[in-house]
Parts: sequence; structure tokens; C-alpha cells
Amino acid sequence: MLKGSLGLIALTSLFLSGAAMAQEKIKVGVTATLEGTYTVLGEDGIRGHQTALNVLGTKIGDKQLEFVIASTDATPDSAVRAVRKLIEQDKVQILLSPLSGDEGIAVKNFAKTHPELTFINAASGAQETTYVDPAPNFFRFNMDGAQWQVGLGKYAYEEKKYRKIATVGEDYSFIYTQVFGLVLEFCGAGGQVTNRQWVPLGTKDFASVIAALPDDVDAIYLGLGGADAVNFLNQYQQAGGKAHLMGGSIMIDQTILSSKGNAKNALIGTLAASGQADTWEDPGWQKFVKNYQDAFPPNKRFPSPSLLATNYYGSTMALILGLRAVNGDLSDNQSKLKAALAKLEIDAPNGKIKLDSNRQAIGTNFVTEVVDDGKGALFSKVVKVIPNVNQTLGYDPAVFAKIGLPSRTVPECKKY
Amino acid sequence: MTRFVERHPVWALIVIVAIAILLWLIFAVWPPGLEEAIGRKRVFLNAVFNGITLGGLYFLVASGFTLIFGLMRNVNLAHGSLYLFGGYIGYAISASTGSWILSFIIAFILTALVGVLLQVIVFRRMEGQDLRQTMVTIGLSIVFADLMLWACGGDFYQIQTPSWLIGPIDLPLITAVKSSGEPVYLRYPLVRLVIFLASVVIGVAMWLALNRTRIGMIIRAGVDDRDILAATGVRIQLVFVLVFALGAGLAGIAGVVGGTFQSLSPGEDIRFLLASLVVVIVGGMGSIPGAALGALIIGLAEQLGSVYIPTYAIVVTFLIMVLVLAVRPQGLLARR
Repeated sequence: MLKGSLGLIALTSLFLSGAAMAQEKIKVGVTATLEGTYTVLGEDGIRGHQTALNVLGTKIGDKQLEFVIASTDATPDSAVRAVRKLIEQDKVQILLSPLSGDEGIAVKNFAKTHPELTFINAASGAQETTYVDPAPNFFRFNMDGAQWQVGLGKYAYEEKKYRKIATVGEDYSFIYTQVFGLVLEFCGAGGQVTNRQWVPLGTKDFASVIAALPDDVDAIYLGLGGADAVNFLNQYQQAGGKAHLMGGSIMIDQTILSSKGNAKNALIGTLAASGQADTWEDPGWQKFVKNYQDAFPPNKRFPSPSLLATNYYGSTMALILGLRAVNGDLSDNQSKLKAALAKLEIDAPNGKIKLDSNRQAIGTNFVTEVVDDGKGALFSKVVKVIPNVNQTLGYDPAVFAKIGLPSRTVPECKKY
Repeated sequence: MTRFVERHPVWALIVIVAIAILLWLIFAVWPPGLEEAIGRKRVFLNAVFNGITLGGLYFLVASGFTLIFGLMRNVNLAHGSLYLFGGYIGYAISASTGSWILSFIIAFILTALVGVLLQVIVFRRMEGQDLRQTMVTIGLSIVFADLMLWACGGDFYQIQTPSWLIGPIDLPLITAVKSSGEPVYLRYPLVRLVIFLASVVIGVAMWLALNRTRIGMIIRAGVDDRDILAATGVRIQLVFVLVFALGAGLAGIAGVVGGTFQSLSPGEDIRFLLASLVVVIVGGMGSIPGAALGALIIGLAEQLGSVYIPTYAIVVTFLIMVLVLAVRPQGLLARR
């Protein structure tokens, strides 16, 4: 009896797969940091991706999109391993990857070994990924970390009258890029960055880092994300910290602003800059927020989408629109798709996005301030919107090239 | 102690001088030259205190680990999962009842129960097969990690510090003297001091229980020779269950502590497993004083490292482990 029914099930599944095979599929591999320090960021990224599929559908003409999701932990080798697994085992044709800065650089380099495939960056934001030796089949529809800081330095200097600041950041490419953007603008306006502290990704005990923060500065800039940011704030509160804070793009983000506990309240009033602002009144943004909220029950999402959800939404949108433009035609090593993506302009929730010659996004940036909505939830409120931010941050490309690549000590604090 | 001095007079001198220098660094007002060379005293003192308090947390996790190993020769690689489980339980209790103390008690009881189940259902079936037990615990830790991810999600949880513990207090240690001659005292988070004191109390209680009570005597005898102990008529399985429950319960308490002054999220289990492995390897497998010494060394190394050589802070702990393995492979305070 048991044997018989097993056979029946096997037969049925054979038929089912046969029926599915009749329709042509396009397989897309997606990676997100679903492990380690950045787990929450990865989860919300996937929510953004899902929201985009809900809105745009998964059909390209008569072809069906199929997604395979792989997990990484924000280290470059985990990203390459996941991407390789997606290509070699799952036979995906297009990749939506990766999430984090160092992963981006590694996947970009890996993309060169598979020139026939198309890679769309999901959310990573290190400058080097598209600025140094870019891969012709790697497209990034989100801005990089430095672009996401445009406006912050000037606003802090001119409106908040900060003159001296210190920075604390995680020791990897994305935060280097963020501090790069901040320092360039703040020092350009006449400010001073007296001290840059770097902590390893995944640091849990920040007490000594907090003790080493200088007292004689107007504000402290925090370039942390995920669990690191929550730990820092918790211990900062316990140590009785009172300094003015400024935040990077994944520090002042729903991933942190809606964390459990009350340590996040130290962030109220914090000045930050990012590729989005929670309370932006643009109808496109409001519609996206509504779609995101409708797609998941309130306890399975943030009150408002995080930067990661927005990026994954944007990259999924670019993928689907690009495929539609060529009607799902992946022949000739996907050359038609690549050409379509290169000239694609998307109406992303966080403003219009187009690509430059390195296939890097040019988009809109937001300076924000953290506010309490009166019911205990924190949101980033827009204080300034800056359209058309390009990768050289408005500098002449020759001048920009002289500054050097973002690192622990680059750029120097001076006017370029 | 005196025997150590007699046998290794040079080493004893070095240790005494090092302790004297440390005490001077902590209590004296630093001359300006020293401040210029290695930074402000406040930073140094904070790093030392943080190292000691972090060591307290590491001790809580590692003592259970080392106790279980000492008696049962069982490397329980699911120990980190017990830590995280205790933390999540603690969060749930403190969020629903608002009582921080209660969360410790319930977390201890529930993780101890899980420990009992593990011992009865899993380890008793494969007694004496070290490799098999180790492999099973690796498997279990992966299963537990996924179950907890499923139940609690990838969010960061923080256990609310009770309001009487929030904020810093002034310690009677002078960090600097203002130009007006007024001394500046060290401000330090109260919650960390309380947690450190609690771990000292637990450590001392464990030492007393092991060395001054009948059950402690049985456990020590079991560590030395399990078979002979069983032959004398002691119900060894009961002792195993008890020790496993205690070790697991300590990991659960450590989870609540960790959730209070750091945070809980997936991946923490592995981090604390690794930390307790390093602590136990440095201190000596199976030794409670060894776990205390190892935890102190690793805690201090991490914190001083993160201040003075931030780029290489991660390497320091492992360097210490390598050094210990090279010079004294059985661990600093191991008996054999």
C-alpha cells in the first residue's frame, strides 16, 4: 500500500514538473545577508524584493521568473561561495547580488569570470565596486556609500554649526566609502575631523571604544550597522553618553530605529544622510511604503521599509523592466539585456535613477533628522533633498581621482 | 603559592613587578609624559574595567562548559545554543513581566531543563564515544540555531536594564586632575559592575560547592575516575544529569547577562561557543579556576586590544591561545 501510494506521488510530481517545464523559465539568483551581524538587513532586503514582485509580477511575456535565494554573512568569501553555488548548482542566468560592501567588490571581480551572465547589484555600496576596474556585466542601480552622505557634511557645518567631529566606523569598504563622503564635504566646508576610530565588523563590546571617544568635539559620527549599531547604542546609554550624534546610512535606518529596547532613543535628533527618508512626501515613495506595509503583517516587518528594502526593490524593478524591454530575450550571451539595462532609467521609490558609463547609479540623496512619532516609533525626517548625485560627488573626475580610494585614512581632511 | 615562588623565582619576580606596575597605573595620577605616550588614563582604566567585566561574562559561559567537560569528557558544542536560548527566554520574561531578576531565574530553570533533556536523551546513549558526541552536538547546535531563527527571527533583542542600574557611577579612582586642582573621578556603567560582582559570587559559590560539600566531593571524584566512583555505589548518572543541568543553567544565565549589556541575535551562539572554547583552552580544560583566569585574560586582551591596537584586536585572543598551546598545551591551570 505504502509503496503504491509513494509511486503515485512520484508519478504525479513527474507530471507536475513536466507541466512546469512546458513554460520557459528565467532563473534568477538572489543573495542576502541572512546570517551574522547583518541578518536583519538581509531579511528586510528580501522583503523589498518580495514587494517588488508583488507589484510588478513575475511574468516576462510568456516566460516565468523563478528566484533562488542564497544566504551570506557579509564577508566577501561567503558572497562568492553563494554566487558560485547559484550559478553552478541552481543554473541561474541572472544574479541579484550582493548586499554588503566587501561582498560587492568580490562579486564584481567574480562577475568577470562569467561575462555571459548579468549581475545586478542588490544593495552593496562600496565605491570601489563600480569605480575601479568595473565589470562590464555588473550593474548597480543604487548609489554608493559616499553618494549617500552627500549634503550631510555641509548641513552639519552650516546649519548645526558643528566645527570638529570624530568618527567611529566598522572597518570595511562600505563604511570607508561613507566616511569618505562625509569627510570630503565636512572638511571642504571648513570643518575638522579630529579622530577616526575603526572597529571590526561584529564587535560586541564597545565599552572601551566609547571610553576612547574624544570629549572636545561637537558631534560624533557613527558608521555602524546591524547588531553592531544596536550594541553600541546600548552600551553608550549605559555609559551615560551625551554627545551630539551623526549617523551613516545604515545607522539611521529602520533596521536600527525599530530595534527592541530603548537604547535607540539616544538617536532622537541625530543628523544623518541616506538614499531615502522615511517621511518623504513624494507620492511614489508613499505608495512604496504602503505596498511594503500591505505585503507583510506588522510583526513581520518594520513600520517603514529600510534602505535595504528600498535597494532590493529598486534592483528587482530594474531587472524586471530590463527583461521586459527585451521581452525576456537572453540569447547571444544576454547582450540585449545588458544593453537595455545600461540605458534603463527607473522611477524608483527613492527618486529617479539612471546609470553612468561605469553602470553606477546617479540618483537622489536625503539629509534627515531622527524624530519620535509620539508613539515611541522613530523615523528619519527629511531636512534636505539633493537630486542628481553622481559617483564623483560633483567633483571634476580628474580632481576626484587624485583624492584616492576610500580607506581608513583617505581622504585627508582638507579642501580638494 | 610559596612553592611556585621557590620553584620559579624569576617568573615570580616578573609577575610581582607586572602586578605592581598595573596597580600603579590604576591608582596613581598619570604624569603628563605618560599621557602623551599612551593616551588618557580614563581610556586605559575603562579598558581595564571593561576587560574584567567582559571576563565575568565569559566566565559564566565557560564555567558551565568546562564543568561538563571535566566530569563527562564531553565537548558540548551546543553550549553556545544554550547561551542564546537562555537569552531569548530572559528577554521574553523581562518583556512580559518587567522583572529583570525573574528573567534570570526562569532562564536558569528552562535552560537547565534543556540540559537535562540533552543529557538523558542524547548523551546517555553514546557515553564514552567522544567523537560521536562532539559530532552530535555540532549537529544539534545547527538545528537549535535554525529553530531559534525561526521562532525569534533575525532581530536584535536587548533585555531592558532595570532603571536602578542605568547610567554611570563615579568610582573613587582619579583619572585626571583639573587645572583648578579638582580631581576627576572615573565614571563607569553601574550595570557592568553589578554583573561582574554577580559572576564573582557565582564563581566563589561554585568553588565552595565543589570543594566543601559532599556533592562537590562526588563530582571531583568523578572527574578523577568515573569508573571507580560508579563502582563505589554512587549513582553516577544522577550526578551527570545534575552537572549537565548546572552547566546549561549557567549558560542560560550568561545569556540573560549578555542580552542585557550587549544584544541577542543569530550568530551570538557561535561567538560565545568560540569565546568559551578559547577561554577553556587557555585556562585548562575542566578546571574552574582555569576558566576564571582564562576569562580574565581573554576579556582584558580583547578590550585593551580594541583600544590600543584596534586593527589587530581580533588576532590578540587567538595569539594568546596559540602561545598557551605552544608553551603549556594543557592550559595555564590544568592539573594534568
